[in-house]
Amino acid sequence: MSIEVDEVRKIARLACLNIEQPALEGYARDLSRILQLVAQMNAVDTEGVTPMSHPFEANQRLREDVVTDTDRRNAFMAIAPATADGLYLVPRVIE
Amino acid sequence: MSYYYRKSVTELSALLQAGEVSSVALTEHFLERIKAHDEKLNSFITVSEQDALAQAEAADETLSAGGAPALTGVPIAHKDIFCTRGIRTSCASKMLDNFISPYDATVVSKMKKAGLVMLGKTNMDEFAMGSSNETSYYGSVKNPWNLNAVPGGSSGGSAASVAARITPAATGTDTGGSIRQPAALCGITGLKPTYGRCSRFGMIAFASSLDQAGPMAKTASDCALLLNAMAGFDTKDSTSIEQEVPDYAADLAKPLQGLRIGLPGEYFVRDEQGKGMHEDVEAVVKAALQQYKSMGAELIDISLPNSDLSVPAYYVVAPAECSANLSRLDGVRYGYRCDNPKDLNDLYTRSRGEAFGAEVQRRIMIGTYALSSGYYDAYYRKAQQIRQLISDDFRQAFNHVDVIMAPVTPETAFTIGEKSADPISMYLSDIYTIAVNLAGLPALSLPAGFASSNKMPVGLQIIGNHFSEAKLLNVAHQYQQQTDWHLQCPQEFE
Repeated sequence: MSIEVDEVRKIARLACLNIEQPALEGYARDLSRILQLVAQMNAVDTEGVTPMSHPFEANQRLREDVVTDTDRRNAFMAIAPATADGLYLVPRVIE
Repeated sequence: MSYYYRKSVTELSALLQAGEVSSVALTEHFLERIKAHDEKLNSFITVSEQDALAQAEAADETLSAGGAPALTGVPIAHKDIFCTRGIRTSCASKMLDNFISPYDATVVSKMKKAGLVMLGKTNMDEFAMGSSNETSYYGSVKNPWNLNAVPGGSSGGSAASVAARITPAATGTDTGGSIRQPAALCGITGLKPTYGRCSRFGMIAFASSLDQAGPMAKTASDCALLLNAMAGFDTKDSTSIEQEVPDYAADLAKPLQGLRIGLPGEYFVRDEQGKGMHEDVEAVVKAALQQYKSMGAELIDISLPNSDLSVPAYYVVAPAECSANLSRLDGVRYGYRCDNPKDLNDLYTRSRGEAFGAEVQRRIMIGTYALSSGYYDAYYRKAQQIRQLISDDFRQAFNHVDVIMAPVTPETAFTIGEKSADPISMYLSDIYTIAVNLAGLPALSLPAGFASSNKMPVGLQIIGNHFSEAKLLNVAHQYQQQTDWHLQCPQEFE
């Protein structure tokens, strides 16, 4: 399994990572080696094996829809990079 | 001159309860040791001196009122992956360098409630992704036994600070060995509990189906007391287990007569290229097994036939889950934001590109690739099937044995820089720890001696069935009654 630079660029775009051109080659090499390691899984026949997603087959628990925390909007907005009037600011999306 | 730093949590708790020392005096003692020694180690990212002293004063008031919980006034350090209200929680990343958490992790609030005093936040691999602490934005942590060697990772700051006796205990997290491996490389005791035993709420998520918090300290009995304070069901973590928390210290004194110890053949091999368990590690582990035999235990050969597949399966499951978990870090609501973004996409991609280190980016990309359209069955589903096979291996083994013993790491602490350029060789340093996380089992690392060639600490791993933490602690404690490896302190920090 080998990954080319173009493919790394595509994966980086899917992952929302801006990676500068010079770094792409190194990543292509590393990702290829990691996928080679991962490919050892193919040596085993797993036909009919139930995939394990949780050690205890636990079901997701539901809880009552009740308020447990008080409003801490200001505390949560205080740590944002840019806010105004209780809103998070990002560059203009619609011209 | 006082020697509080040499004392265990258990001993410090007794001194505090008897009024022979105040929490303020103890806290000042450890803060001074941090000041004197941490420049060499780099084991702390943040030292919260003012808060620590305020918490210590409050602990002293509780103690003088009587009826205080056992750990009241004992200082502790938290891995910087646990959210701490009002104190920076960086996860050792540039991404969260400016993140002051608005709330406490459940583990942190439980330990606060138990009266423990937080000295500060310990260094780690960025987002817990690493086995050497070299991926930290704040620089490498040094191993107290040899300042040119790594402390292991990802909970390397916690392990190094406990080993150097600049904190009596610390919290860690373990996704693929991140408590046990640094505990082994630094010569301390560390316990990874059963998946779901401690709440993950407020513990910055790496791989949600594997992550688990646990205690790191000098002794098994300390870990028992600390786990008593950490464990328990939490409605805020839907994967935490709704099961009563026993007193983990209750069984410590049980004799080991008749204990059945399983030795997995797959963990005790070395190929012709010298890959696998180093002979120094083998010698120490075998001596520890003989010690157990002399204490009345029976050694039984077992097989965990799918062991070889644990690293490959892990490097699908963990990156896949990390790529999903880390997508929340987008430069909008908290954390790092790039300068002058030209549009929203530029804001996302440049903030993430500039603030995540190389190892984190590698894992996000592997995970994104494995989960991308058309690849799901070949990677994630396949890995989850292998996880089932690995888990079945352990289930079979525990039909015949009470605990499994194995090395923690193939070799002792390696030199800083030795493996950092080669991700694969770094990944393989976790070959003995990863299967436990995939199966959700508890396991413990305890100091078992020193390598004859380089005099670095070697750990012994004890793996138990689900929810057998009390048994693991008992088995480790009995060994520590007969040996003094856990009492050894690196000379420079005496």
